Amino acid sequence: MANARSEILSRIREALKVVAPKPHFKSEPIGGSVAQNAKPWLPDGGATVAARLALLTENLAKLKANLIRVPDAVAAQQVLQGIARDKNWKKVAYHSHPLVAPAVEALTCEKWEVTSSFNKQKLEGCDAGVTSCEAIVAQLGSILVSSASSGGRSLSILPHVHVVIATVDQVTADLEGCFSDMLGRHGQKLPSMLSFITGPSRTGDIERILVLGAHGPKELYVILVG
Amino acid sequence: MRISLFIPCFVDQLAPQVGLATVKVLKKLGHDVEFRAEQTCCGQPSYNSGQWEVAREGAIRALKIFRGAEVVVGPSGSCVAMIKKFYPDLLKDTPHAAEAKELAQRTFEFSEFIVRQLGVTDIGATLNKKVTYHDGCHAMRELRLKEEPRQLLRAVRGLELIETEESESCCGFGGLFSVKFPMISTAMVQVKGGALARTGADYVVSSDPSCLLQIGGWLTREGKPIRPMHIAEVLAEGLPANV
Amino acid sequence: MSNAKDIFLKEATTAAADGPQRIFINKALGGYYANRDIQKARFRDWERARDAASLAKWEAVNDLANTLEAFVAKFESNGGKVHWARNAAEAREIILQLIAAANAKAVVKSKCMTTEEIHLNDALEKAGYSVVESDLGEFIQQLRGEAPYHFVFPCMHVKREEISALFTKHLGTAATNSPEELTMIARRHLRQLYVDADVGITGANFLVAETGQISITENEGNARLTAALPRIHIALSGIEKVVKKLDDLSVLLPMLATAGAGQPMTCYNTLYSGPRKPGECDGPEEFHLVLLDNARTQLLADPEQRDALHCIRCGACLNVCPIFKNIGGLAYGTTYQGPIGSVITPHLRGLKQWNHLSGASSLCGACTDACPVRIDLHHHLLHNRRNANQTSPTWFDRLFHRGFNFVISRPRLFAFGGRVFRFTLPVLKKIPLPYLSAWLKTRDLPPAPAQSFRQQWKDSSHG
Ligand code: SF4
Repeated sequence: MANARSEILSRIREALKVVAPKPHFKSEPIGGSVAQNAKPWLPDGGATVAARLALLTENLAKLKANLIRVPDAVAAQQVLQGIARDKNWKKVAYHSHPLVAPAVEALTCEKWEVTSSFNKQKLEGCDAGVTSCEAIVAQLGSILVSSASSGGRSLSILPHVHVVIATVDQVTADLEGCFSDMLGRHGQKLPSMLSFITGPSRTGDIERILVLGAHGPKELYVILVG
Repeated sequence: MRISLFIPCFVDQLAPQVGLATVKVLKKLGHDVEFRAEQTCCGQPSYNSGQWEVAREGAIRALKIFRGAEVVVGPSGSCVAMIKKFYPDLLKDTPHAAEAKELAQRTFEFSEFIVRQLGVTDIGATLNKKVTYHDGCHAMRELRLKEEPRQLLRAVRGLELIETEESESCCGFGGLFSVKFPMISTAMVQVKGGALARTGADYVVSSDPSCLLQIGGWLTREGKPIRPMHIAEVLAEGLPANV
Repeated sequence: MSNAKDIFLKEATTAAADGPQRIFINKALGGYYANRDIQKARFRDWERARDAASLAKWEAVNDLANTLEAFVAKFESNGGKVHWARNAAEAREIILQLIAAANAKAVVKSKCMTTEEIHLNDALEKAGYSVVESDLGEFIQQLRGEAPYHFVFPCMHVKREEISALFTKHLGTAATNSPEELTMIARRHLRQLYVDADVGITGANFLVAETGQISITENEGNARLTAALPRIHIALSGIEKVVKKLDDLSVLLPMLATAGAGQPMTCYNTLYSGPRKPGECDGPEEFHLVLLDNARTQLLADPEQRDALHCIRCGACLNVCPIFKNIGGLAYGTTYQGPIGSVITPHLRGLKQWNHLSGASSLCGACTDACPVRIDLHHHLLHNRRNANQTSPTWFDRLFHRGFNFVISRPRLFAFGGRVFRFTLPVLKKIPLPYLSAWLKTRDLPPAPAQSFRQQWKDSSHG
């Protein structure tokens, strides 16, 4: 099958010898970066910090995610303790991060830090996963986690509850800005997984009726510091 | 203005009252109307069936027939779309391309012509009935007419316009589709006709006589009281007999 | 008449006559329409956003060879391995070899229509592997032994009672009518399977040339788990899924979610750029991507319909299609149902066999208006009809249209024929003429007028 590659590529080159006209639009043509041009047509991301936070609050509420705003890291710890108590968590998984670790370590239940000697069976038995994130997108209510910043791939998806602890300055306006931040931050060395989480896991597969917690977390908490 | 009528073949043969109403309204608005009797059918059935060679012949005939006409106006969104949208496509890369484009520019659907070209919405008609409007797909999606017929209907004295949530659903006619896939076509008109009947309107009005043939045919078969009526007929209601 | 056509006619006719099922489908779509409108309204200019989305795809598809090569170079530099497959058989073969080489036993899959296209499950099962579909809808369809009904909503036609009975039969669970409880049954059942599987198979919604990432869109989290827990991740994607820039997704992801499911964003949009990296605490050891042609280059070679390769498989065109809503997804007999399926299946699987799908449309155009990347769907159905006529004409159609043209090109003959038709209509209605009787079976014809328009025009002062 070694020549499948060259055969497909030459089929493509052959096919493209006849040019298809560029789509022409009723209004003005689009020149330059598609994403830059499209920004003002997409949902608003908020021009000021206040506008972004207002949008984020509204979007997360509609997504049935819980946003809790706290003034500082100490308050974040207390909020997490409150949730752990209410939900009667027995075992919580987390990763080492300055916002996450102190908050989780203060919990009274069993705690398990995921490291490279990762055990998926153990993680499956945890009630909650607590992670940090790369960014939060106000425009859509999406939380961007990555395999680098959020304790790998499974921590934010396997446990029944996902808690994200983030700071206000991580809130960006829109997806386009978020992508350019990511390229700026990681350059050519992107984490092996980047995932935009937009609300708790859901399905509508049964009669198109919304059910939360299909395979991923049933509940999503965002504790926003600052 | 001298208006050249474009009367679809089945209006000519099966629904002449729509053509007569069109004439009446256009004359009421103070225009000369002519009918070039060499016209028959625009060729859409062949075009839709993939018989583009055959359809092309029809298109070329139409170019000749309407040569020199100041404007061409037809009481059918579908047949007008054939001239306005599909002739230029059919005839592109042929010696007739320029003329097809040019004919497209001076051909208009009835309500489009009155509202957009003449800038008129009130013809002076009166009809003391409840009506609901069916958006024919060609008028709505090929010609982008949605508000124009409604503006005309709202200006009719005594007329109450009721919207249905299915106003944009296809009636299921689709030309030969209606007889090549009769069960699917019927299922579609059941959805459409059912919604129309539920409005309690006296008439379902449309700018497309072919949709009305389908909808009306089903409504009568099912014994529903709501009747089909072409928009030109509505606008001709209550006008003086001889204008 | 071709076999596929006969089956289609039979299935479509049966489905179109099933009133309760049609009402069920319409009701299921009701919530989608409402949510889609809410999300569309959040766009500051939906129509221009469609322009942008279509342009992003146009740029990649019309420079496909270079864009793919750039993608592949990046992807492999990130540590993944690319495999090229000319057709379905090659793709199956590649995947089977990868699984065999890994010494794997259990395979978990997340929803991927391309694997349906190559009939991967059959091949895996024949080779002795246990394969589990993890997407709830696909899982249900797998248990039912039925193809997906809709490529985004695979089991939207199945009632909860049926799902409950299905679970009782296969999983031994107690009967329930609650969608919530049914979902939890599947959740509990599938969880351990992820943990135990050696290989995870996913699709891809986009391939990003700029960064060498593949993007997967899903709501349930099953694809996330599939690409996180097993030792090996294999993704299968059509070659047309590539886009040039990462930020193209800032347009495409929200539009996919809005058009496809009435969501601002699908719950999980995940970009994978390779296997687990040093310093990351989990993730697969190997990451393979199979790039599939399977006649896509044939569609690419048709510049008129090339834009059909812009499709982002959102399903919006199905959701608004009156044909789909009335005959359902199974009648099509294709991997891709609805308008986009009717457009591309003739290219992917043969025009002669599949042109009837192009004919089974009233050409209402609702699909074209709904498509977020502005594919000219209903006009492509017309193009397929034309192409079929050129390559494999049927004598009946030829004769019918030639005859019709003979009449309409002679105004006097037309007028005479019209008169004969009108006068004999009462009699004609009683004899089984091909098209007329099909009409009359469910619909009346108004009584024919005594005089045509042209006669009345001539007789009046105008003439
Ligand atoms: S053709 Fe357009 S509307 Fe249909 S699935 Fe593809 S992208 Fe969506």
